[in-house]
Amino acid sequence: MLSRREFLKLCMQTTAGITLAGLLRPNILSALAQGEITRPPVIWLELGSCTGESISLDNTQDPDLKQLLLEMVEMRYHWLFNATFGEPALDIIEKTAREDEGKFILVVEGSVVTREEGRYNIIGARNNRLITGIETLKELAPKAKYVVAVGACAAFGGPGAAYPNPSHAVGVQDVVKRKVINVPGCPSHTEWIIGTLAHLVMYGEPELNNYNCPTLFFGKTIHELCHRRVHFENGNFASYPGEEGCFYKIGCKGPVTYADCPTRQWNNHVNWPIEAGIPCIGCASPHFPDGMMPYFEHLPDIYLPGGKKRVEKIGATLGGLSALGITTHALGSVISGRMGKNLIKGTQLKEPSPGEKVKPQEIIINKLDKINQETKEEFDQEVILNKLEEIITEQK
Amino acid sequence: MVRKKILPLTRLHEPLQVEVEVNNGVVTDAWVSGTLFRGFELMLENRDPRDTCIYAQRICGICSTAHAMAGALALEKAYNLEPTPNGVLIRNLIVASDFIQNNLRHFYILSLPDYARGPDTPPFRPLLKGDYKIPESKEKKLYENYWEAAILSAKAHQLLALWGAKAPHQQTIIPGGVTEKPNANKINMSLAILKKVDKFVTEKYLPDVYTVAEYYPEYYQIGKSYGNLLSFGIFPNEKNKFEDFQAGVITNFSTQPVKFDPQLISEEVTSSWYEEVEGVTDPWQEKTEPAFDKKPEAYSWVKTPRYDTKPFESGPLARMWINGKYRRGISTMDRHIARVLELKEIINLMYTWLEKLNLNQPTLNKYEPQPQAQGAGLIDTMRGALGHWVKIEKGRTSHYQVITPSAWNFAPRGKDKLRGPVEEALIGTPVDNLDSLIEVGRVIRAFDPCFSCAVHAVQGGKSLRKFKI
Repeated sequence: MLSRREFLKLCMQTTAGITLAGLLRPNILSALAQGEITRPPVIWLELGSCTGESISLDNTQDPDLKQLLLEMVEMRYHWLFNATFGEPALDIIEKTAREDEGKFILVVEGSVVTREEGRYNIIGARNNRLITGIETLKELAPKAKYVVAVGACAAFGGPGAAYPNPSHAVGVQDVVKRKVINVPGCPSHTEWIIGTLAHLVMYGEPELNNYNCPTLFFGKTIHELCHRRVHFENGNFASYPGEEGCFYKIGCKGPVTYADCPTRQWNNHVNWPIEAGIPCIGCASPHFPDGMMPYFEHLPDIYLPGGKKRVEKIGATLGGLSALGITTHALGSVISGRMGKNLIKGTQLKEPSPGEKVKPQEIIINKLDKINQETKEEFDQEVILNKLEEIITEQK
Repeated sequence: MVRKKILPLTRLHEPLQVEVEVNNGVVTDAWVSGTLFRGFELMLENRDPRDTCIYAQRICGICSTAHAMAGALALEKAYNLEPTPNGVLIRNLIVASDFIQNNLRHFYILSLPDYARGPDTPPFRPLLKGDYKIPESKEKKLYENYWEAAILSAKAHQLLALWGAKAPHQQTIIPGGVTEKPNANKINMSLAILKKVDKFVTEKYLPDVYTVAEYYPEYYQIGKSYGNLLSFGIFPNEKNKFEDFQAGVITNFSTQPVKFDPQLISEEVTSSWYEEVEGVTDPWQEKTEPAFDKKPEAYSWVKTPRYDTKPFESGPLARMWINGKYRRGISTMDRHIARVLELKEIINLMYTWLEKLNLNQPTLNKYEPQPQAQGAGLIDTMRGALGHWVKIEKGRTSHYQVITPSAWNFAPRGKDKLRGPVEEALIGTPVDNLDSLIEVGRVIRAFDPCFSCAVHAVQGGKSLRKFKI
C-alpha cells in the first residue's frame, strides 16, 4: 500500500490522459487483495438535487463504472442504480444502517430542504407514511463512518439555496451534528469525489481546509493556478468572453475560488471553463451562486484612499496581493484567500471563517472610505494592509 | 380494487411517486407526483439576465445543456440577436453529445434492470420480483454492454467538454453563440469519440433494444397514452433554422403533423400545489404560489401544461413521428426504439456539423444587454419540448417561467379531469405481483422521466400544515 505521502503526491499529480482515480485504483485493489482495507458499503442519498453529482460520478473513466461498483465500493443504495424500488429499496437503507453501523460511508448529494420540516422533499413512502430527506439524513448521519457532502448544494446549500431560497435549503453540515467532509463544485469533479472516497478508504480523513474541503483539491485558488494568470500580471485583460487575456474584468471568480480546475481540467482532462473562453463562475466557492453573481460583472472596485481604483492598477501596485482587491464576498475570501494567507501567515486553513455572517464588501468599502476621509492620504499599500488586518482581527 | 403507492421509484431522475389503482391484475387508474420542490423560477428572477442561461442549467444535471440552450435562445429572442453559424454548430455538438450520454444511460443503467438481471451484488441485488424472460446467456451479454455503455457515456461527456468546457453544467453556451473555438485537434478528438459511440450504437445498443423487444412483445401494446405528440424542433442548421427535426403537432395517432403555434401553450395548476389565478394560464403571465390547504385535489409539484387545451406527450418518439422517421406505433417499446433510432440519426448529423465548422470564422456574436426586453426560447431536448420565458425590466429578470418536457409528460390532471400523458399510458397495464409492480416501472421509465426538471416554482410563506400527498 502507498504511504499517505505518496498518495497525496498522486492526487496532486495530473498528467493529461492519466486520471487520478486510474492511478489510485491499482493501489486500492492491491490493498483490498492484501486485506488491508475492505470494500466499504456506501449509501448515496440524493436530496434537493439536480442529479448532477451522480452524473459526475458516472463520468468516471479510470476506474470505469464497473470497477467502481464491483471492485472499489459496495454501492448498497443509490437510487439511480438500485434494481429494486419502493419499500424494498428503503429496506436496504435500514438494513445497512442497522448491520453496518459505523462502517458505511454516507454520501449526500443535493441541498437539505428544511421548509415545513422537510416536506418539500419527500424521498420515500412506507405503509403510506411519507419519509422526508432531512429525516433520513438525520437518522443515517450519526451511524455512518464518514459523511461526505458532494457538490455545492450538499456542501453549502449551493444553487438549491439561492435567493430567495424558496425551499429553505441548507448544506448538510447545517443539520447534522457531526463532521461533514465537503467536496464542493457544481458539479463536483469526478476525481474530487472518487479521490476523496479513496482517501477515506485507504487513509481515513484527508487534510481539510476551514470549510472542511480536502486541501489536496481545494488548497489553491483558480487564479493562482490559472494559465491566464500571466495576462493578469501583465495587465492584459479580455473585454468579452471568448477573447484572449485575463477574464478578471469580465467577472472571473478564479481569484476567490479554491479549486484545482486549471491543472486537473474536466472530463478526462480535456478542457475547463477559462480555457474554453468563459470566466470562472466560482462554483466551488462556499458563496456560490449568489456571492458569485453577476457572473460577468467585474468583482467590485475597491475604494482606496485617493479615489476608486480599478483592480488592474491595484494588481500592478500590489502585485502578489491582488487577490485582496478583487474579493466580492470579501471577508470570507480575504481570510481564506491568498491575501489572508499572506496576512495571517499560513494559518488561514485552520481558522473558521466568519465571512458569511457579514456584508463584508460594505465593511471593507466603508472602512476604507473612512480612512480615505480621515487621512486624505494617498493610496498606500501599508494603510490597506493594516486596515485589513484590523478588520480580520475584529471579525475573529 | 387495490391502491398501491411507490416511492422511491428508482432508476430515474428523482424523486417520483406513482400511485396506481389495480383491478383484477390491470391498472385502472394512476396518479404521478413530483415530491421534491426547489423553486428555480423564483431564483431566476431579479438576476442579471446574462447569468440566466448558465444558472438555469442547475435545474437539471442530466440535461443541463438543454436549459442552457433554451435560456440562451430566450435571451437571443429578447435582444434580437442571432448566433454565428459556427456557434450554432458547436451548440448542436454540445447538445447532441448530451443526447448520447443521456440515451445510453437511460437504456442501460436506468431501464435494462427492468428486463434483465444484473450481477449478483449491490446495487443489482436485491432483485425486484418479475417475469425476467431473457435467457441467462443473453442477459450476460446485455450486462457486458451495460458496462461498455457506462464508459461510452462518460466519453460522450468528454466530447461535450471539448466544446463546452465541462460536463455536466457546460459553460460555453451564451447568447450569440459559444465562447469555445474550433481547431483541428478538437475536431479530430471529437471524431474519434464519435466513431466509437457510433459503432457501439449500431452494433450493440440498437440490437439490444430489439432483443428486449423480442422477449417482451406485449410492450408494443402497453403504454399507448393519447397519441398526442408535440415537438418544438431541435438541431437548427447553420442558418439557425430547424431542418432535420422540425416543430410539429400530432393529435390522436394522426400521421399528418400540423404547424406548431406557441400561442396555444398554456399551463394550469388544478392538481398542483399552487394557487390558482383565475383565467391566467399563459406562461408570460402565470405566477406560482403554493396553496396546499385550499386544494384537496392537488397531488403534485408538477404543473399541467396543455397545448390547445389538450395533454401532449413529447420526446424522441414524438419527434421521430412528427418528422415521419418512425411511425410503427406509440407504446412503451416504441419509445425505446424511437430513442435509439433517433440517436443514430443525430450521430450522423454530428459528422456533418464537424465537417461544416469553419476554423476562420467567429463562434460568437457580441451583444449589449438591454434594460427592457422579453423573449421565449422554445426548443426540444432529449426528453421533449422545453420552453423558457423571460422578461427583463430595468436590466434585471422580472419574470422567468420554464415548462419542461417532463412537465408535459408527467402532468397531473387538468381542470377537465383528463390524466396526464404518463398517467394515461399506465391505464390497462397488466400487473402480476402487487408487491413488485415491475410493469409500472417499465411503462414510466420508457418516458425517461426527469423530476429535477419537472418541478420548479413556489413562493410566499404559506403554511403547509395540511400537506398531504
